[in-house]
Amino acid sequence: MTLATIAGQEVHVDDEGFMTEYDEWSEDLASTLAGNIGIELTDDHWQAIRFLRDDYKVEGVTPTLRRVTNTGGIPTKQLFVLFPKKPAKKMAYIAGLPKPAGCV
Amino acid sequence: MRQLLVLGAGTAGTMVVNKLRSQLDADEWSIIVVDPDPAHHYQPGYLFIPFGTYQPGQVTKPKAKFIPKGVDLVTAEVDRVEPSENRVFLSDGSAIGYDFLVIATGTTPRPEETPGMLGEEWQRSVFDFYTLDGSTALADKLRSWEGGRLVVHISEMPIKCPVAPLEFAFLADSHFKEREMRDRVEITYVTPLDAAFTKPIAAAHLGGMLEERKITVETDFYIESVDNEKKEIVSFDERAIPFDLLVTVPVNMGADFIGRSGLGNDLNYVPVDHETMLSRDWDNIFAVGDAADLPTSKAGSVAHFAIEIFTENFLQHVDGQEMTHAFDGHANCFVESGGGKGMLIDFNYETQPLPGRYPIPGLGPFKLLEETELNHLGKLMFKWVYWNALLPGRDLPLPALMSMAGKEEVEA
Repeated sequence: MTLATIAGQEVHVDDEGFMTEYDEWSEDLASTLAGNIGIELTDDHWQAIRFLRDDYKVEGVTPTLRRVTNTGGIPTKQLFVLFPKKPAKKMAYIAGLPKPAGCV
Repeated sequence: MRQLLVLGAGTAGTMVVNKLRSQLDADEWSIIVVDPDPAHHYQPGYLFIPFGTYQPGQVTKPKAKFIPKGVDLVTAEVDRVEPSENRVFLSDGSAIGYDFLVIATGTTPRPEETPGMLGEEWQRSVFDFYTLDGSTALADKLRSWEGGRLVVHISEMPIKCPVAPLEFAFLADSHFKEREMRDRVEITYVTPLDAAFTKPIAAAHLGGMLEERKITVETDFYIESVDNEKKEIVSFDERAIPFDLLVTVPVNMGADFIGRSGLGNDLNYVPVDHETMLSRDWDNIFAVGDAADLPTSKAGSVAHFAIEIFTENFLQHVDGQEMTHAFDGHANCFVESGGGKGMLIDFNYETQPLPGRYPIPGLGPFKLLEETELNHLGKLMFKWVYWNALLPGRDLPLPALMSMAGKEEVEA
């Protein structure tokens, strides 16, 4: 685990840049993180990000795509439009959550 | 009298009742195990059926043979668990009470979860090999197949035995070479992961092995549907991969009664403490094997190592003591690589598969992350070990927790 400076703020990240401390995240940071991977956040993006944040707080794990669709109510197809190619990873990255448990 | 009720008499459930029957006093504890299927399937054997190495009759035996004296085997379907009443209802409406419940009902492929997968091409040009029925049908298909585009595909993670689709691709390559038709087959490996495997060092090794065999890899492919007319799989981001023969691993899910009972996550896996396998919600319910939401491979080896830990903990827990043993996610898998060779990987929650020797540091005899004939023989011998030592709950000379001894540190 290392320290990185994002939007002028020191935060803990893993070796792939995923934030590891839930409480270090802020909405401002999210915009910068999104910019790092070429995404400009719209209301639709925020709906997904907020679901991830709230769900993680209760469950303690980064939700899967299936969960964002089934419980968060956002169609998988739309998640691929909002966060192209790798929605599960990109959403977690922007929401400041651990990289989704790559299943083994 | 206290009652232990175990749901599922597969790999994990059978080991649990064998381990616990010998440890729990017969005057104090009755043990019941419920399972709808009277046959025990040696699931690792399914992989070999499509290529004619095993015949369908060679992978099943009656479940009753592996259930010890003093355990009642009830052949029935579970309707639901009522955890607040400590009762399990069976599909015929009858109920069984329990003091402690162990859920060991595994995970199963659900082709119906993907639109079009069970369409008219199902078992004509679309097959799975994670069921006896599927692998047998695929064996028939392969015998007369004249070549074309073979697509080996994983729908969604997690799946049980996550190395099996890779093994299938390696064995298919080897099979078509033996039949002198490899030049007439194009093999594509399609995965929702971003590489051949999840863990970087093993992914690099396995990716290299796919490349050597001229197997193309398509990553980050999250299937939306199977188009039966065009014979294509289509992803949510609108990529289409055409096939002449699709061998898919459907979405895997835990038992439906787990969902109906409010005990599961989105895929019907029971959320448990990762070290003790105790339910996060109920103090008298454990989930073991593939039925639990442990962040490690869904595999028989994991169930085996986990149940060694579970048994010790269970005895403490029912005695009102603190559970002092912690499972580390230890997994250990032989990976068939074709041409009479195999590879072995050994890892846990924290440590990814590394090269080295197993189980004895420096000596082996098995080599980790390397293709050898001995690893292949190990895999074939494992069938005997499974029936004769593993299921009956005999102690194997393998430590339950992963060891770093014998492993080499590698830069990813």
